[in-house]
Amino acid sequence: MSKILVIAEHLDGKLNPSTARAVSAAVAVKPEAIDVLVLSDKVDAIAAEAAKIEGVSRVLTVARSENAHPLAAVLAPQIAKAAAGYSHVFAPSTTFGKDVAPRVAALLGVAQLSDVMSVEGSHTFKRPIYAGNAIITVEVDAAHAVVATIRTASWPAAASGAGNAAIEAINLDVTLPSHTRFVELKQGKSDRPDLQSAGKVVSGGRGVGSKENFEIIYKLADKIGAAVGASRAAVDAGYVPNELQVGQTGKIIAPELYMAIGISGAIQHLTGIKDAGTIVAINKDAEAPIFEIADIGLVGDLFKLIPELEQAIG
Amino acid sequence: MKILVGYKRVVDYNVRIQVKPDGTGVVTDGVKLSANPFDDIALEEALRLREKGVAEEVVLVGIGPADLTAHLRNGLAMGANRAIHVVTADAVQPLTAARTLLKLVEKEQPGLVILGKQAIDDDANQTGQMLAALWDRPQATFAGKVEIAGGKATVTREVDAGLETIEAELPAVITTDLRLNEPRFIKLPDIMKAKSKPIDTIEFASLGVDTHDQLKTTHYAAPAKRSKGVMVKDAAELVAALKQKGLL
Repeated sequence: MSKILVIAEHLDGKLNPSTARAVSAAVAVKPEAIDVLVLSDKVDAIAAEAAKIEGVSRVLTVARSENAHPLAAVLAPQIAKAAAGYSHVFAPSTTFGKDVAPRVAALLGVAQLSDVMSVEGSHTFKRPIYAGNAIITVEVDAAHAVVATIRTASWPAAASGAGNAAIEAINLDVTLPSHTRFVELKQGKSDRPDLQSAGKVVSGGRGVGSKENFEIIYKLADKIGAAVGASRAAVDAGYVPNELQVGQTGKIIAPELYMAIGISGAIQHLTGIKDAGTIVAINKDAEAPIFEIADIGLVGDLFKLIPELEQAIG
Repeated sequence: MKILVGYKRVVDYNVRIQVKPDGTGVVTDGVKLSANPFDDIALEEALRLREKGVAEEVVLVGIGPADLTAHLRNGLAMGANRAIHVVTADAVQPLTAARTLLKLVEKEQPGLVILGKQAIDDDANQTGQMLAALWDRPQATFAGKVEIAGGKATVTREVDAGLETIEAELPAVITTDLRLNEPRFIKLPDIMKAKSKPIDTIEFASLGVDTHDQLKTTHYAAPAKRSKGVMVKDAAELVAALKQKGLL
């Protein structure tokens, strides 16, 4: 039978919603137990949140001052040690999970599976390659632990509230390296919903034209309570910060509503939004590839259309 | 200091890949192959560190079939001092690639290894992290800015929450993100010069790397197609359609 260890992602004492998405994938394996591992300097609030997630059996905590920031070199040896006895180790496919999971896998001497989008069996999974242009079915050798990152856009967050998992502090006898040190984190401060978990996202591309013009995107997003995203072109041109980039090399998202404004729709961008519920495209070029995947398309000048949209929304 | 740079050959990023109808793979015959874009960024960063006097030598490392040489020459033309070509006809998974790179690290003793954050064919995003683990050295993934001084690398990383800066004692492994730099173009005289630069070839089997693949791909499929959308004529119609779907 399977036993799954899910690595919790958190920031500023709060659990990241990506953790509950990884729990959903763990539930799909139909394991005998799902334990969530919380590594932090202050574990209590995070562990309490994790314990409420439906499907979680136990929350294991390791409180060490070295775990104050998510450094892969520091966390990986602890996770590898904690992984003993588990058939699967899952982490969300966020920059956190992508950084730490391969390091854990290599310490365990096993291969790692990236971006699991569906579970076909306890050792059979589907994942995208070539920027999502092909989906492969992969069988993992059952002789080893399955170390995988879970593509968050493919999984709903497991419900929170009904769970009542036991919280246990565990002691891992691991010497931690001091060769890697945290200096600082500069967060793009925003009162808007988080891009990765938002139900609605309004994204702007090169067509927006400038950093100043991007205000029109923010304004529309605020009007409908959406998060703001951007294409690589808009990020590279300096219109918005990096963490707003949606696509193969940025964030992969699956909101109910995605509005692409002034975005042509390069393959790399489409990869990031393929799983969105409804895709709306507004572009002045009727031939733009974004219209091939849009559910609703509108051809025209965004500077004229957005104010009209706002008015029509009321 | 010596810098080792990983250089993978992949289907060019502009190619729209086709899945074979029988599900055995993707069509790669006759499609354009190029260096992985993130690896060009890795090489560019290594060259800039050499130009700043931080490094003396930039060594390009490729793992692949005999005809990979031509692509390694491109990297030499960009400015790498020499190349190492580990020759194997088989596709190499990230764990095997990391184990192979570790052998070369042991032999070459670099102060820094720079790899791309992911290859655009398998989209794995693993090799750098795995190498750092096996080598027991720091890793700085998704690098957007790199400064080397006093035996350590100060790296600003592009993470979901924003920009994170970490310090890593050398030797270390850095993986590159898109905005680290803009790779230079190759000039014709450099292509001529690259012809006389050395490429060491090493038979993969001679390295004694465990090649047991723990991941077996059993089927390839095209992604599910989205159903055909509709065009609306104005903003009012768009809002009406979204309200009808309960999205506004």
